[in-house]
Amino acid sequence: MYSEKLMERFRNPKFVGKIKYPDGVGEEGNMRCGDIMKLYIKVKDNKIMDAKFETFGCAAAIATSDALCELAIGKTLGEALKIKKEDIIKLLGGDVPKIKYHCSVLGVETLHKAIEDYKKKHKSF
Amino acid sequence: MKTYLDNAATTKVDSEVVKAMKPYFEEKYGNASSLHSFGSEAKKALEESRKKIADKINADPSEIIFVSSGTEADNLAITGIAKLKGKGHIITSKIEHPAVLETCKELEKNGFDVTYLNVDKDGFVKDFEKSIKSNTILVSIMHANNEIGTVQDIEKIGKICRSKNIIFHSDCVQSFTKEKIDVKKMSIDLASFSSHKIHGPKGIAALYIKEGIKLKKLMFGGHHEKSIRPGTENIPGIVGFAKAVQIANENDVERIKQMRDKLINGLLKIPDTRLNGDKEKRLCNNISISFRYVEGESMLLYLDEKGIAVSTGSACSSQSLEPSHVLISIGLPHEIAHGTIRYSLSKYTTEKEIEYTIKTTKEVIERLRRISPIKRR
Repeated sequence: MYSEKLMERFRNPKFVGKIKYPDGVGEEGNMRCGDIMKLYIKVKDNKIMDAKFETFGCAAAIATSDALCELAIGKTLGEALKIKKEDIIKLLGGDVPKIKYHCSVLGVETLHKAIEDYKKKHKSF
Repeated sequence: MKTYLDNAATTKVDSEVVKAMKPYFEEKYGNASSLHSFGSEAKKALEESRKKIADKINADPSEIIFVSSGTEADNLAITGIAKLKGKGHIITSKIEHPAVLETCKELEKNGFDVTYLNVDKDGFVKDFEKSIKSNTILVSIMHANNEIGTVQDIEKIGKICRSKNIIFHSDCVQSFTKEKIDVKKMSIDLASFSSHKIHGPKGIAALYIKEGIKLKKLMFGGHHEKSIRPGTENIPGIVGFAKAVQIANENDVERIKQMRDKLINGLLKIPDTRLNGDKEKRLCNNISISFRYVEGESMLLYLDEKGIAVSTGSACSSQSLEPSHVLISIGLPHEIAHGTIRYSLSKYTTEKEIEYTIKTTKEVIERLRRISPIKRR
Protein backbone atom coordinates (compact mmCIF):
# COMPACT_ATOMS: atom_id res chain seq x y z
CA MET A 1 0.00 0.00 0.00
CA TYR A 2 2.76 2.45 0.93
CA SER A 3 6.00 3.28 -0.89
CA GLU A 4 9.31 2.31 0.70
CA LYS A 5 10.19 6.01 1.08
CA LEU A 6 7.02 6.69 3.03
CA MET A 7 7.53 3.63 5.21
CA GLU A 8 11.13 4.60 5.94
CA ARG A 9 9.99 8.01 7.17
CA PHE A 10 7.18 6.44 9.18
CA ARG A 11 9.61 4.01 10.83
CA ASN A 12 12.35 6.53 11.48
CA PRO A 13 10.92 10.03 11.60
CA LYS A 14 13.65 12.61 12.09
CA PHE A 15 11.64 15.54 13.39
CA VAL A 16 9.52 14.06 16.17
CA GLY A 17 9.21 16.06 19.35
CA LYS A 18 8.58 19.47 20.83
CA ILE A 19 10.52 22.70 20.67
CA LYS A 20 10.94 24.06 24.18
CA TYR A 21 10.36 27.72 23.39
CA PRO A 22 8.65 27.69 20.02
CA ASP A 23 7.97 30.86 18.09
CA GLY A 24 4.85 29.38 16.55
CA VAL A 25 2.62 26.38 17.18
CA GLY A 26 -0.07 24.99 14.90
CA GLU A 27 -2.53 22.19 15.50
CA GLU A 28 -4.91 20.77 12.93
CA GLY A 29 -7.10 17.71 12.37
CA ASN A 30 -9.75 16.06 14.48
CA MET A 31 -10.30 12.93 16.47
CA ARG A 32 -13.23 11.83 14.37
CA CYS A 33 -11.04 11.36 11.33
CA GLY A 34 -8.23 9.99 13.45
CA ASP A 35 -5.54 12.48 12.42
CA ILE A 36 -4.16 15.23 14.63
CA MET A 37 -0.93 17.04 13.88
CA LYS A 38 0.84 19.52 16.09
CA LEU A 39 3.75 21.53 14.67
CA TYR A 40 6.29 23.65 16.54
CA ILE A 41 8.48 26.14 14.67
CA LYS A 42 11.48 28.25 15.57
CA VAL A 43 11.81 31.40 13.47
CA LYS A 44 14.77 33.75 13.09
CA ASP A 45 15.08 36.63 10.63
CA ASN A 46 11.85 35.58 8.95
CA LYS A 47 13.29 32.11 8.35
CA ILE A 48 12.16 28.76 9.78
CA MET A 49 15.23 27.55 11.65
CA ASP A 50 13.73 24.44 13.18
CA ALA A 51 10.50 22.45 13.08
CA LYS A 52 9.25 19.53 15.14
CA PHE A 53 6.00 17.62 15.18
CA GLU A 54 3.73 15.43 17.26
CA THR A 55 1.13 13.42 15.36
CA PHE A 56 -1.70 11.07 16.19
CA GLY A 57 -2.51 9.23 13.01
CA CYS A 58 -1.73 6.60 10.45
CA ALA A 59 1.57 5.88 8.73
CA ALA A 60 0.80 8.45 6.02
CA ALA A 61 0.04 11.14 8.62
CA ILE A 62 3.29 10.52 10.51
CA ALA A 63 5.40 10.36 7.34
CA THR A 64 3.70 13.52 6.03
CA SER A 65 4.46 15.37 9.25
CA ASP A 66 8.11 14.42 9.01
CA ALA A 67 8.39 15.36 5.34
CA LEU A 68 6.71 18.68 6.04
CA CYS A 69 9.29 19.56 8.71
CA GLU A 70 12.10 18.76 6.31
CA LEU A 71 10.55 20.96 3.63
CA ALA A 72 9.87 23.85 6.00
CA ILE A 73 13.27 24.08 7.68
CA GLY A 74 15.50 26.67 6.02
CA LYS A 75 12.67 28.38 4.14
CA THR A 76 11.51 31.96 4.66
CA LEU A 77 7.96 32.27 5.92
CA GLY A 78 6.86 33.37 2.47
CA GLU A 79 8.45 30.36 0.85
CA ALA A 80 7.07 28.02 3.50
CA LEU A 81 3.55 29.26 2.85
CA LYS A 82 3.97 28.15 -0.75
CA ILE A 83 4.61 24.50 0.18
CA LYS A 84 1.89 22.44 -1.48
CA LYS A 85 0.57 18.98 -0.72
CA GLU A 86 2.19 17.86 -3.98
CA ASP A 87 5.61 18.83 -2.62
CA ILE A 88 5.06 16.60 0.40
CA ILE A 89 3.82 13.72 -1.73
CA LYS A 90 6.86 14.11 -3.98
CA LEU A 91 9.21 13.87 -1.00
CA LEU A 92 7.38 10.72 0.10
CA GLY A 93 8.20 8.99 -3.15
CA GLY A 94 5.34 10.31 -5.26
CA ASP A 95 2.76 7.60 -4.78
CA VAL A 96 0.76 8.23 -1.62
CA PRO A 97 -2.54 6.30 -1.83
CA LYS A 98 -5.37 8.59 -2.99
CA ILE A 99 -7.34 7.96 0.14
CA LYS A 100 -4.40 9.36 2.14
CA TYR A 101 -4.09 12.67 0.27
CA HIS A 102 -5.93 14.41 3.07
CA CYS A 103 -2.92 13.69 5.31
CA SER A 104 -0.73 15.87 3.11
CA VAL A 105 -3.40 18.58 3.14
CA LEU A 106 -3.36 18.30 6.93
CA GLY A 107 0.39 18.91 6.88
CA VAL A 108 0.06 22.07 4.80
CA GLU A 109 -2.76 23.40 6.96
CA THR A 110 -0.87 22.77 10.18
CA LEU A 111 2.14 24.65 8.85
CA HIS A 112 -0.09 27.59 7.89
CA LYS A 113 -1.51 27.63 11.40
CA ALA A 114 1.94 27.60 12.98
CA ILE A 115 3.05 30.51 10.79
CA GLU A 116 -0.15 32.38 11.59
CA ASP A 117 0.50 31.79 15.28
CA TYR A 118 4.02 33.13 14.89
CA LYS A 119 2.79 36.24 13.07
CA LYS A 120 0.16 36.91 15.71
CA LYS A 121 2.71 36.69 18.50
CA HIS A 122 5.25 38.81 16.68
CA LYS A 123 3.06 41.58 15.27
CA SER A 124 5.21 44.30 16.73
CA PHE A 125 8.15 43.27 14.62
CA MET B 1 9.91 -13.35 15.77
CA LYS B 2 7.30 -14.10 13.10
CA THR B 3 4.01 -14.15 15.03
CA TYR B 4 0.72 -14.57 13.20
CA LEU B 5 -2.14 -13.25 15.33
CA ASP B 6 -4.70 -12.57 12.64
CA ASN B 7 -6.51 -15.90 12.70
CA ALA B 8 -9.91 -14.26 12.61
CA ALA B 9 -8.95 -13.07 9.12
CA THR B 10 -7.70 -16.44 7.97
CA THR B 11 -5.69 -19.39 9.25
CA LYS B 12 -2.79 -21.56 8.30
CA VAL B 13 -3.96 -24.77 6.63
CA ASP B 14 -3.24 -27.79 8.82
CA SER B 15 -0.72 -30.13 7.15
CA GLU B 16 -3.09 -33.05 7.76
CA VAL B 17 -5.69 -31.14 5.78
CA VAL B 18 -3.27 -30.62 2.92
CA LYS B 19 -2.45 -34.32 3.00
CA ALA B 20 -6.11 -35.28 2.88
CA MET B 21 -6.75 -32.97 -0.05
CA LYS B 22 -3.79 -33.99 -2.19
CA PRO B 23 -5.16 -37.17 -3.81
CA TYR B 24 -8.21 -35.24 -5.00
CA PHE B 25 -6.08 -33.08 -7.27
CA GLU B 26 -3.93 -35.62 -9.02
CA GLU B 27 -5.53 -39.04 -8.60
CA LYS B 28 -9.17 -38.84 -7.57
CA TYR B 29 -10.00 -35.84 -9.71
CA GLY B 30 -13.36 -37.02 -10.99
CA ASN B 31 -16.53 -34.97 -11.23
CA ALA B 32 -18.93 -36.10 -8.50
CA SER B 33 -21.78 -36.02 -11.02
CA SER B 34 -20.11 -38.53 -13.38
CA LEU B 35 -21.30 -42.14 -13.46
CA HIS B 36 -17.91 -43.79 -13.92
CA SER B 37 -15.55 -44.90 -11.16
CA PHE B 38 -13.72 -41.57 -11.12
CA GLY B 39 -17.04 -39.88 -10.50
CA SER B 40 -18.20 -42.26 -7.81
CA GLU B 41 -14.89 -41.91 -6.00
CA ALA B 42 -15.43 -38.16 -5.88
CA LYS B 43 -19.08 -38.58 -4.93
CA LYS B 44 -18.10 -40.84 -2.05
CA ALA B 45 -15.61 -38.26 -0.74
CA LEU B 46 -18.25 -35.56 -1.12
CA GLU B 47 -20.86 -37.42 0.91
CA GLU B 48 -18.43 -38.55 3.61
CA SER B 49 -17.28 -34.96 4.02
CA ARG B 50 -20.85 -33.74 4.19
CA LYS B 51 -21.52 -36.19 6.99
CA LYS B 52 -18.49 -35.08 9.01
CA ILE B 53 -19.63 -31.49 8.90
CA ALA B 54 -23.27 -32.37 9.63
CA ASP B 55 -22.22 -34.46 12.64
CA LYS B 56 -20.30 -31.55 14.12
CA ILE B 57 -23.47 -29.43 14.35
CA ASN B 58 -25.98 -32.25 15.01
CA ALA B 59 -27.55 -31.93 11.55
CA ASP B 60 -28.46 -34.47 8.90
CA PRO B 61 -26.01 -34.65 5.97
CA SER B 62 -28.88 -33.79 3.61
CA GLU B 63 -29.12 -30.42 5.37
CA ILE B 64 -25.61 -29.29 4.34
CA ILE B 65 -25.03 -27.40 1.09
CA PHE B 66 -21.49 -26.59 -0.02
CA VAL B 67 -20.80 -23.09 -1.32
CA SER B 68 -17.67 -21.08 -2.07
CA SER B 69 -17.41 -18.75 0.91
CA GLY B 70 -19.02 -17.60 4.12
CA THR B 71 -20.18 -14.56 2.18
CA GLU B 72 -21.95 -16.75 -0.35
CA ALA B 73 -23.56 -18.78 2.43
CA ASP B 74 -24.91 -15.59 4.03
CA ASN B 75 -26.14 -14.26 0.69
CA LEU B 76 -27.84 -17.52 -0.21
CA ALA B 77 -29.53 -17.81 3.18
CA ILE B 78 -30.82 -14.26 3.46
CA THR B 79 -31.58 -13.43 -0.16
CA GLY B 80 -32.82 -16.97 -0.76
CA ILE B 81 -35.46 -16.63 1.94
CA ALA B 82 -36.34 -13.05 1.03
CA LYS B 83 -36.83 -13.90 -2.64
CA LEU B 84 -39.08 -16.82 -1.80
CA LYS B 85 -41.23 -14.73 0.54
CA GLY B 86 -41.28 -11.76 -1.82
CA LYS B 87 -41.81 -9.13 0.86
CA GLY B 88 -41.71 -8.61 4.59
CA HIS B 89 -39.61 -7.59 7.54
CA ILE B 90 -36.09 -8.80 8.38
CA ILE B 91 -34.27 -8.40 11.70
CA THR B 92 -30.51 -8.33 11.95
CA SER B 93 -27.97 -6.50 14.12
CA LYS B 94 -25.69 -3.52 13.64
CA ILE B 95 -22.57 -5.60 14.30
CA GLU B 96 -23.03 -8.25 11.62
CA HIS B 97 -20.33 -9.04 9.09
CA PRO B 98 -20.64 -7.01 5.86
CA ALA B 99 -21.77 -10.22 4.11
CA VAL B 100 -25.00 -9.95 6.12
CA LEU B 101 -25.27 -6.17 6.44
CA GLU B 102 -24.74 -5.42 2.77
CA THR B 103 -27.12 -8.21 1.74
CA CYS B 104 -29.80 -6.70 3.98
CA LYS B 105 -29.14 -3.21 2.63
CA GLU B 106 -29.58 -4.56 -0.87
CA LEU B 107 -32.91 -6.13 0.12
CA GLU B 108 -34.00 -2.80 1.61
CA LYS B 109 -33.53 -1.26 -1.83
CA ASN B 110 -35.85 -3.95 -3.14
CA GLY B 111 -38.66 -3.07 -0.78
CA PHE B 112 -37.91 -5.19 2.27
CA ASP B 113 -38.17 -3.62 5.69
CA VAL B 114 -35.05 -4.23 7.78
CA THR B 115 -34.43 -3.60 11.49
CA TYR B 116 -30.78 -3.32 12.51
CA LEU B 117 -30.73 -4.09 16.22
CA ASN B 118 -28.57 -2.05 18.55
CA VAL B 119 -26.12 -3.80 20.84
CA ASP B 120 -25.07 -3.03 24.41
CA LYS B 121 -21.57 -2.00 25.48
CA ASP B 122 -20.37 -5.60 25.36
CA GLY B 123 -21.91 -6.33 21.98
CA PHE B 124 -25.08 -8.24 22.92
CA VAL B 125 -28.16 -7.50 20.82
CA LYS B 126 -30.83 -5.40 22.49
CA ASP B 127 -34.62 -5.26 22.18
CA PHE B 128 -34.82 -8.29 19.92
CA GLU B 129 -38.30 -9.43 20.93
CA LYS B 130 -39.71 -5.92 20.78
CA SER B 131 -38.53 -5.58 17.18
CA ILE B 132 -40.54 -8.56 15.91
CA LYS B 133 -43.46 -7.54 13.71
CA SER B 134 -46.39 -9.50 12.36
CA ASN B 135 -44.68 -9.63 8.96
CA THR B 136 -41.19 -10.59 10.17
CA ILE B 137 -39.97 -13.31 7.82
CA LEU B 138 -36.36 -13.71 8.83
CA VAL B 139 -33.94 -13.06 11.67
CA SER B 140 -30.19 -13.11 11.00
CA ILE B 141 -27.95 -12.76 14.06
CA MET B 142 -24.33 -13.85 14.13
CA HIS B 143 -23.15 -16.38 16.69
CA ALA B 144 -19.83 -14.72 17.54
CA ASN B 145 -18.59 -11.36 16.45
CA ASN B 146 -15.48 -11.27 14.29
CA GLU B 147 -14.11 -8.03 15.72
CA ILE B 148 -14.84 -8.10 19.44
CA GLY B 149 -15.43 -11.84 19.94
CA THR B 150 -18.71 -11.54 21.84
CA VAL B 151 -20.74 -14.75 21.68
CA GLN B 152 -24.50 -14.11 21.45
CA ASP B 153 -27.11 -16.24 23.14
CA ILE B 154 -28.39 -17.57 19.84
CA GLU B 155 -30.23 -20.41 21.53
CA LYS B 156 -32.52 -17.88 23.19
CA ILE B 157 -33.01 -16.00 19.92
CA GLY B 158 -33.59 -19.27 18.06
CA LYS B 159 -36.25 -20.39 20.52
CA ILE B 160 -38.14 -17.13 20.25
CA CYS B 161 -38.03 -17.35 16.44
CA ARG B 162 -39.20 -20.96 16.48
CA SER B 163 -42.12 -20.12 18.78
CA LYS B 164 -43.21 -17.38 16.41
CA ASN B 165 -42.56 -19.34 13.23
CA ILE B 166 -39.89 -16.96 12.02
CA ILE B 167 -36.93 -18.34 10.09
CA PHE B 168 -33.65 -17.93 11.97
CA HIS B 169 -30.28 -17.65 10.26
CA SER B 170 -26.98 -17.38 12.10
CA ASP B 171 -23.57 -16.54 10.69
CA CYS B 172 -21.41 -19.03 12.58
CA VAL B 173 -18.24 -18.41 10.60
CA GLN B 174 -16.18 -17.23 13.59
CA SER B 175 -17.62 -19.59 16.19
CA PHE B 176 -17.48 -22.85 14.24
CA THR B 177 -15.39 -25.47 16.10
CA LYS B 178 -14.68 -22.90 18.82
CA GLU B 179 -18.14 -22.79 20.39
CA LYS B 180 -20.50 -25.75 20.61
CA ILE B 181 -23.11 -25.59 17.88
CA ASP B 182 -26.15 -27.83 17.98
CA VAL B 183 -28.62 -26.67 15.36
CA LYS B 184 -31.45 -28.62 16.94
CA LYS B 185 -30.92 -27.46 20.49
CA MET B 186 -30.36 -23.90 19.32
CA SER B 187 -33.41 -23.91 17.00
CA ILE B 188 -31.38 -22.72 14.02
CA ASP B 189 -32.91 -22.90 10.54
CA LEU B 190 -29.95 -21.68 8.52
CA ALA B 191 -26.30 -21.35 9.47
CA SER B 192 -23.14 -20.28 7.63
CA PHE B 193 -19.76 -21.96 8.14
CA SER B 194 -16.42 -21.37 6.47
CA SER B 195 -13.38 -23.57 6.05
CA HIS B 196 -10.48 -21.13 5.99
CA LYS B 197 -11.16 -19.84 9.51
CA ILE B 198 -10.58 -23.31 10.96
CA HIS B 199 -7.30 -24.34 9.30
CA GLY B 200 -9.03 -25.57 6.16
CA PRO B 201 -8.52 -24.28 2.61
CA LYS B 202 -10.00 -21.06 1.24
CA GLY B 203 -12.78 -21.10 -1.33
CA ILE B 204 -15.06 -23.55 0.43
CA ALA B 205 -17.87 -23.05 2.94
CA ALA B 206 -21.21 -24.54 3.89
CA LEU B 207 -24.76 -23.50 4.52
CA TYR B 208 -26.92 -25.54 6.86
CA ILE B 209 -30.54 -25.54 5.69
CA LYS B 210 -32.93 -27.23 8.07
CA GLU B 211 -35.07 -29.95 6.51
CA GLY B 212 -38.28 -28.36 5.25
CA ILE B 213 -36.92 -24.82 4.92
CA LYS B 214 -37.32 -23.64 1.36
CA LEU B 215 -35.36 -20.89 -0.30
CA LYS B 216 -34.82 -19.50 -3.80
CA LYS B 217 -31.49 -20.24 -5.40
CA LEU B 218 -29.29 -17.39 -6.56
CA MET B 219 -27.42 -19.19 -9.32
CA PHE B 220 -28.75 -21.31 -12.16
CA GLY B 221 -27.20 -24.38 -13.67
CA GLY B 222 -26.98 -28.12 -13.05
CA HIS B 223 -28.44 -30.28 -10.31
CA HIS B 224 -25.54 -30.09 -7.88
CA GLU B 225 -26.20 -29.60 -4.18
CA LYS B 226 -29.91 -30.41 -4.38
CA SER B 227 -30.21 -27.89 -7.24
CA ILE B 228 -29.85 -25.13 -4.66
CA ARG B 229 -26.27 -24.36 -5.56
CA PRO B 230 -25.24 -25.46 -9.05
CA GLY B 231 -21.60 -25.76 -10.07
CA THR B 232 -19.21 -28.71 -10.01
CA GLU B 233 -18.36 -29.48 -6.39
CA ASN B 234 -14.93 -28.40 -5.18
CA ILE B 235 -13.97 -31.88 -3.96
CA PRO B 236 -10.43 -31.14 -2.74
CA GLY B 237 -11.76 -28.12 -0.88
CA ILE B 238 -14.67 -30.04 0.59
CA VAL B 239 -12.42 -32.91 1.70
CA GLY B 240 -10.04 -30.41 3.28
CA PHE B 241 -12.89 -28.57 5.01
CA ALA B 242 -14.22 -31.82 6.47
CA LYS B 243 -10.75 -32.85 7.63
CA ALA B 244 -10.31 -29.51 9.38
CA VAL B 245 -13.63 -30.00 11.16
CA GLN B 246 -12.63 -33.51 12.17
CA ILE B 247 -9.29 -32.40 13.60
CA ALA B 248 -10.71 -29.50 15.62
CA ASN B 249 -10.99 -30.38 19.28
CA GLU B 250 -11.84 -29.00 22.69
CA ASN B 251 -8.32 -29.39 24.05
CA ASP B 252 -7.09 -26.88 21.52
CA VAL B 253 -9.91 -24.52 22.44
CA GLU B 254 -8.96 -24.71 26.13
CA ARG B 255 -5.29 -24.14 25.42
CA ILE B 256 -6.00 -21.18 23.14
CA LYS B 257 -8.28 -19.72 25.80
CA GLN B 258 -5.48 -19.86 28.38
CA MET B 259 -3.07 -18.12 26.04
CA ARG B 260 -5.74 -15.57 25.21
CA ASP B 261 -6.19 -14.71 28.88
CA LYS B 262 -2.46 -14.46 29.39
CA LEU B 263 -2.22 -12.04 26.47
CA ILE B 264 -5.22 -10.01 27.68
CA ASN B 265 -3.73 -9.70 31.17
CA GLY B 266 -0.36 -8.69 29.80
CA LEU B 267 -1.79 -6.08 27.45
CA LEU B 268 -4.13 -4.57 30.02
CA LYS B 269 -1.10 -3.77 32.18
CA ILE B 270 -0.26 -1.07 29.63
CA PRO B 271 -1.84 2.14 30.99
CA ASP B 272 -4.99 3.54 29.36
CA THR B 273 -6.14 0.39 27.60
CA ARG B 274 -9.51 -1.34 27.52
CA LEU B 275 -10.73 -4.73 26.43
CA ASN B 276 -13.68 -4.63 24.02
CA GLY B 277 -16.39 -7.28 24.03
CA ASP B 278 -17.64 -9.45 26.84
CA LYS B 279 -15.05 -10.91 29.21
CA GLU B 280 -16.76 -14.28 29.72
CA LYS B 281 -18.90 -14.96 26.66
CA ARG B 282 -16.04 -14.46 24.30
CA LEU B 283 -14.44 -16.43 21.48
CA CYS B 284 -11.50 -18.48 22.72
CA ASN B 285 -9.11 -16.78 20.30
CA ASN B 286 -10.26 -13.15 20.18
CA ILE B 287 -8.72 -10.12 21.84
CA SER B 288 -9.87 -6.65 20.94
CA ILE B 289 -8.04 -3.93 22.80
CA SER B 290 -8.16 -0.16 22.53
CA PHE B 291 -5.03 1.78 23.34
CA ARG B 292 -5.65 5.45 24.03
CA TYR B 293 -3.68 8.27 22.38
CA VAL B 294 -2.44 6.14 19.50
CA GLU B 295 -3.83 5.19 16.11
CA GLY B 296 -4.43 1.63 14.98
CA GLU B 297 -2.82 1.60 11.56
CA SER B 298 0.44 2.96 12.92
CA MET B 299 0.35 0.33 15.64
CA LEU B 300 -0.35 -2.42 13.13
CA LEU B 301 2.55 -1.38 10.92
CA TYR B 302 5.01 -0.98 13.81
CA LEU B 303 3.98 -4.43 15.08
CA ASP B 304 4.37 -5.81 11.56
CA GLU B 305 7.88 -4.42 11.47
CA LYS B 306 8.56 -6.67 14.48
CA GLY B 307 6.98 -9.66 12.77
CA ILE B 308 3.60 -9.54 14.53
CA ALA B 309 0.51 -9.68 12.29
CA VAL B 310 -2.71 -8.22 13.73
CA SER B 311 -5.65 -6.20 12.45
CA THR B 312 -7.20 -2.87 13.39
CA GLY B 313 -10.60 -1.23 13.62
CA SER B 314 -9.10 2.10 12.74
CA ALA B 315 -10.57 4.19 9.96
CA CYS B 316 -7.19 4.67 8.41
CA SER B 317 -7.02 1.06 7.38
CA SER B 318 -10.42 1.19 5.72
CA GLN B 319 -11.47 2.69 2.43
CA SER B 320 -14.25 4.72 4.03
CA LEU B 321 -12.09 6.52 6.62
CA GLU B 322 -14.80 5.58 9.11
CA PRO B 323 -13.78 3.42 12.04
CA SER B 324 -15.25 -0.05 12.46
CA HIS B 325 -19.05 -0.15 12.62
CA VAL B 326 -18.81 -2.74 15.39
CA LEU B 327 -16.68 -0.55 17.65
CA ILE B 328 -18.94 2.44 17.08
CA SER B 329 -22.01 0.27 17.79
CA ILE B 330 -20.69 -0.74 21.22
CA GLY B 331 -20.39 2.95 22.00
CA LEU B 332 -16.68 3.60 21.64
CA PRO B 333 -15.89 7.24 20.87
CA HIS B 334 -14.15 7.70 17.54
CA GLU B 335 -10.73 8.38 19.02
CA ILE B 336 -10.79 5.14 21.00
CA ALA B 337 -12.14 3.13 18.07
CA HIS B 338 -9.22 4.47 16.01
CA GLY B 339 -6.77 3.02 18.51
CA THR B 340 -8.14 -0.51 18.48
CA ILE B 341 -6.18 -3.65 17.67
CA ARG B 342 -7.51 -7.18 17.23
CA TYR B 343 -5.23 -10.06 18.13
CA SER B 344 -6.65 -13.44 17.13
CA LEU B 345 -4.91 -16.63 18.17
CA SER B 346 -4.88 -20.18 16.85
CA LYS B 347 -3.75 -23.62 17.93
CA TYR B 348 -0.37 -22.78 16.44
CA THR B 349 0.14 -19.81 18.75
CA THR B 350 2.87 -20.47 21.34
CA GLU B 351 3.52 -19.19 24.87
CA LYS B 352 6.73 -17.65 23.57
CA GLU B 353 4.81 -15.70 20.94
CA ILE B 354 2.42 -14.44 23.61
CA GLU B 355 5.30 -13.16 25.74
CA TYR B 356 6.95 -11.59 22.71
CA THR B 357 3.69 -9.92 21.72
CA ILE B 358 3.14 -8.41 25.16
CA LYS B 359 6.68 -7.05 25.28
CA THR B 360 6.62 -5.73 21.72
CA THR B 361 3.18 -4.14 22.02
CA LYS B 362 4.37 -2.30 25.12
CA GLU B 363 7.35 -0.91 23.21
CA VAL B 364 5.28 0.06 20.19
CA ILE B 365 2.69 1.85 22.30
CA GLU B 366 5.37 3.76 24.18
CA ARG B 367 7.00 4.75 20.91
CA LEU B 368 3.74 5.96 19.38
CA ARG B 369 2.61 7.73 22.53
CA ARG B 370 5.84 9.69 22.42
CA ILE B 371 4.93 10.85 18.91
CA SER B 372 1.31 11.58 19.80
CA PRO B 373 0.20 15.15 20.65
CA ILE B 374 -2.60 13.73 22.79
CA LYS B 375 -1.28 12.76 26.16
CA ARG B 376 -2.48 11.55 29.50
CA ARG B 377 -3.73 14.39 31.59
